[in-house]
Amino acid sequence: MSKLNQVIYSNINDSNSWTIDEYLKQGGYSVWKDILADQENKNSNWIIEEVKKSGLRGRGGAGFPTGLKWSFMPNNDDQKYIVCNSDESEPGTCHDRDILKYNPHVLVEGMAIAAYAIGATVGYNYVRGEFMLECYPRIEAAVKEAYEAGLLGGNILESGVDFDLYNFLGAGAYICGEETGLLESLEGKQGKPRFKPPFPANFGLYGKPTTVNNTQTLASIPKIIENGSKWYSDFGTEKSPGTLIFSISGHINNPGNYELPLGLTFNEVIEIAGGILDERKLKAVIPGGSSTKVLPAKIIENCTMDYESLQSADSALGTGAMIIIAEDTCMVELLKRISRFYFAESCGQCTPCREGTGWLYRILDRITNGQGLSGDLSLLEDVAGRIEGNTICAFGDASAWPVQSFLKHYHHEFKYMIENKGKSVAAG
Amino acid sequence: MNELLTPETKKEMDHWLNKFPKGKQRSAIIGSLHAVQHQNEGFLTSELMDAVANYLDVPKIQVYEVATFYSMFQTKPAGKHEISVCTNISCMLRGSDAILNHIEHKLGINVGESTSDGKIFLKEEEECLAACTGAPMMMVDHVYIENIDIKKVDEVIDKLTSKS
Ligand SMILES: Cc1cc2nc3c(=O)[nH]c(=O)nc-3n(C[C@H](O)[C@H](O)[C@H](O)COP(=O)(O)O)c2cc1C
Ligand code: FES
Repeated sequence: MSKLNQVIYSNINDSNSWTIDEYLKQGGYSVWKDILADQENKNSNWIIEEVKKSGLRGRGGAGFPTGLKWSFMPNNDDQKYIVCNSDESEPGTCHDRDILKYNPHVLVEGMAIAAYAIGATVGYNYVRGEFMLECYPRIEAAVKEAYEAGLLGGNILESGVDFDLYNFLGAGAYICGEETGLLESLEGKQGKPRFKPPFPANFGLYGKPTTVNNTQTLASIPKIIENGSKWYSDFGTEKSPGTLIFSISGHINNPGNYELPLGLTFNEVIEIAGGILDERKLKAVIPGGSSTKVLPAKIIENCTMDYESLQSADSALGTGAMIIIAEDTCMVELLKRISRFYFAESCGQCTPCREGTGWLYRILDRITNGQGLSGDLSLLEDVAGRIEGNTICAFGDASAWPVQSFLKHYHHEFKYMIENKGKSVAAG
Repeated sequence: MNELLTPETKKEMDHWLNKFPKGKQRSAIIGSLHAVQHQNEGFLTSELMDAVANYLDVPKIQVYEVATFYSMFQTKPAGKHEISVCTNISCMLRGSDAILNHIEHKLGINVGESTSDGKIFLKEEEECLAACTGAPMMMVDHVYIENIDIKKVDEVIDKLTSKS
């Protein structure tokens, strides 16, 4: 168990871990204070280089190298923004919630350091609306405490550095997790993603240069700077350095959030989470949130949990949300549920996605209702293929990939159901 | 028109307004709608949305656009207490559908409807509520209740229905 919770979650079981007193006791904000006191050596370039060397990749799902993203920010006098994506809404994912709840100050400190590195004087933390009563008060209290301790605001600790941080509350829309949808939402509009380019680094919040990072990404920063990039990259593998919080849910004995070094074998991770529920047999895993492609047991059992291994298995690490599926689960019903979600959540901007997600859901619905037609499986493939790659944002792909991968690996279950008037193979 | 907004609601709206640069008051629409929906015990009316637009000094259409886009805003009358049962995949794998069924029977309504006494609104929840490791789960008046079973659900609902 020594592998568990070593960076972001290191204090997660301590009592009152969310208060500034506890955080300070554990050396919290020392990195931020050191930077402010020694700006000559600990300048923006130095921080960005450290983050690059640490190998930290964005934990919001796309895995983009964080240091590189920061280096895209223009070096001018324009107002710049740092925005944290705490919209956490990818099905299966619930680890940012625990950061907000149990370690909010590490996020505040991470955002302050990031802001300093990219030259932003204002930051917004976009929290999903449903967290209104649970996490939001914690992060709101943390920001207040940090202001009171003089760690945020104007001319912080007489350093000449300004940084104002505000929390924002969304109102229920998966698409606001997409970074430009999120920026639209922050501006008080419908969360409809923007065309890219221009990217947020050039045209972000209110049209100003903006960096959007995920909660877990930003919460990793203080420890990386405190202990050095090498300390961090020594966790994990050469190509996937560091730790990642896996949300392990579904048919597992001990569902939970586990911060682990990247690159452990799938079986090691499952063992840490107590094994498959009730000693059932593993059937499949959706390894990185519902938008990633499903992998049958025989494939994932040979994977290591890192970016490269899952990619070469034709899926992705995504958000690290592992949805465990045991034998006897009907894959048709499961896919129908996933497709219902994408149909409900499409923002409606792009025709292939708005119309296509409805087609996918309705075809799956008729199959499960015993009214599937013999051409339905090729129709599903056709519709998914027309969505993929043809939309403004990656939501379209995310709606197509589950359909394509379920059909690829479990074609026989769909075929059986169509031929047997809605009867499931899994029903025996 | 501003008299439709209570002093607490206005205070909450000012709190949101203060977070954004001058001239960017549109950013305060979402926070303001949360506040007025709370004031009105669970749903928005045209009059309230207009009052928000007026108070923030933004065109009414901008408020309507937001109110109709986000799933947490109800633009039709809804019961006072809101129950959402997550039926997304992780919860489905842990038996959420039986729980939702049970609640529908118990309350005598379908998901998406409110009880006739106006007490309870059973929201149609299509999103995952980010508590998947505590599946199955439900949210009652924005409070997360995890690892639920029929017994737990009955307790929670009985308590709600005996409240005013
Ligand atoms: C449909 C969709 C939903 C997304 N939802 C989230 C989310 O809930 N949280 C998140 O951090 N990133 C989400 N992302 C990814 C963001 O667009 C963005 O890549 C990320 O916030 C960047 O931060 P990172 O580089 O630190 O990962 C989503 C992307 C898409 C296409
Ligand atoms: S699937 Fe129910 S909370 Fe995520």
